[in-house]
Amino acid sequence: MAAKQGLTIWNPTASGDRGGKIFLSILAVLAIAVPLLNQAVPASSALHLSPFGITLIGKYLCYGMLALAIDLIWGYCGILSLGHAAFFSLGGYAMGMYLMRQIGRRGVYGDPVLPDFMVFLNWKSLPWFWHGFDHFGFALLMVALAPGLLALVFGWFAFRSRVTGVYFSIITQALTYALMLSFFRNDMGFGGNNGFTDFKDILGFDLHSDTTHVVLLVVTVAALAASYLACRGIVESRAGRVMHAIRDAESRTRFLGYPVEAFKLWIFVFSAVIAGVAGALYVPQIGIINPSEFSPINSIEAVIWVAIGGRGTLYGAIAGAVVVNYAKTYLTGSFPEIWLYALGALFVIVPLFLPRGIIGLVSARGQHK
Amino acid sequence: MSSRKTLSLDGLTVSFDGFKALNDLSLKVEPGELLCIIGPNGAGKTTMMDVITGKTKPDSGTVRFGEDMDLLKLSEAEIVASGIGRKFQKPTVFEQLTVFENLELALAGTRSFLKTLLARISPLQRKRINEVLDMIGLSAQRDSPGRILAHGQKQWLEIGMLLMQNPELLLVDEPVAGMTPHEIERTSHLLRSLAGEHSVVVVEHDMAFVRSIAKRVVVLHEGHVIAEGDMDKVQKDRRVIEVYLGE
Repeated sequence: MAAKQGLTIWNPTASGDRGGKIFLSILAVLAIAVPLLNQAVPASSALHLSPFGITLIGKYLCYGMLALAIDLIWGYCGILSLGHAAFFSLGGYAMGMYLMRQIGRRGVYGDPVLPDFMVFLNWKSLPWFWHGFDHFGFALLMVALAPGLLALVFGWFAFRSRVTGVYFSIITQALTYALMLSFFRNDMGFGGNNGFTDFKDILGFDLHSDTTHVVLLVVTVAALAASYLACRGIVESRAGRVMHAIRDAESRTRFLGYPVEAFKLWIFVFSAVIAGVAGALYVPQIGIINPSEFSPINSIEAVIWVAIGGRGTLYGAIAGAVVVNYAKTYLTGSFPEIWLYALGALFVIVPLFLPRGIIGLVSARGQHK
Repeated sequence: MSSRKTLSLDGLTVSFDGFKALNDLSLKVEPGELLCIIGPNGAGKTTMMDVITGKTKPDSGTVRFGEDMDLLKLSEAEIVASGIGRKFQKPTVFEQLTVFENLELALAGTRSFLKTLLARISPLQRKRINEVLDMIGLSAQRDSPGRILAHGQKQWLEIGMLLMQNPELLLVDEPVAGMTPHEIERTSHLLRSLAGEHSVVVVEHDMAFVRSIAKRVVVLHEGHVIAEGDMDKVQKDRRVIEVYLGE
């Protein structure tokens, strides 16, 4: 439904964005079909969509949003971030803090304010940075601000020092690794290696009910459609052409008078915020967030989704995330021992034989090389 | 807009570790003039361009553009904004963008992220882009990506990108290196058509090309002007034959 609203605000047909239209149509179908198949179709029917199925779709879409964020900076601006899962996780933690505060007295220790892990650590009062997270609005603000500010500070130093290419990729790996190590520590105040789990409700709605999951999925669909349209709007503006120019010939762009560093910085921040929102949608659906989300391999995997789907198309990145994760669900379930080999093989085969990814295979006239 | 400002270099000296790249160089470029600068390797041609565009600061001397503009006090970006455009030897157009988009990005005006996010091409700007496309002879290629252009076409596109910023003075470094005879002829035509509207300074090795376009030729040697005048006069100059044409 949100996808349809988006269509009236900005018309993708005007620019011949056929893949985008197909993608938005699929989202619209999902937004209608998932509630129907879960709520209206009786549980005995083969067509009934189980809560597990809804959660899986929701997870794929959140990953799709992360892939979208990566494609915006990598596919269009040539910035390869190997630390984007850090922004995803920060958004997830911000949402997790809200969900933890919502538990209240229902925790194992029954403390009205302190989450269980703090009681367990013998903490007497809430750390200062936990204040405000009992308000949903404040938590939402933090979902955007925490990844956005980190990207702003990190990007400001990196781009101002003209750190580019593989060096940039390596320090983003270091960034997410450092965050993972910090979040593993109990005295950071984020639940140590257990992270947050056992959530009860969101805005008063039970997180274990089907209806809540259906609503969360529809919200995720809407958020994905909105982020897609925002990214599409950016890449088709003159700023998008400047991003292309930066990717192809950075110093030439600078010589034309464009503040290359500012362009990179704002695109990087915007991308980090999208990743954060994806993380925030991920946590209530999956029901857990812990420091392993920061692990460097997660960020690398997300880049692989983009490469496999088709870099520089936006919808291709999302398709890549969904396809690879569906394969992962299937393979880790049926052939657990071969999943990593399959992923490795994909990453070798796709760049060699499908340089434009799955989307390049599907559409003979992809927009970008 | 037509060029009204005179570029005057006076007593320029630049030394790198004791080596004098420019040695008391004085030169004037009159408004609307097409001036060719020739000279053997190391004569100081590129250093001179670097000083005019603010990339290199001289040890002594002055560079004035018009009555009251002291270029040595301006930054590189300010010099570009004051109306001096430079085309480098190696063409660098944006390969993935179309010819039209290349020119669009070179349009004079807004450069900030937020403003370019909302920027639309005005009818006036579209007209200007079409004029320049016509001038550089790439109207038929307007929607082709930069990467499929021939070498000569890339050079013209780059000159077109300079023109988008309405410079009064164009500095053009070796425009015909690597071009086919047909491309050279068209480049010669293009540069001659630009003179008058703009002042044009061309640094070039190709003597036949210089002869085809230049009214006035300046010969540099060891950072100093050793001869100037029309091509015939310069070619007969004994010192020029010694240091350059005779080699």
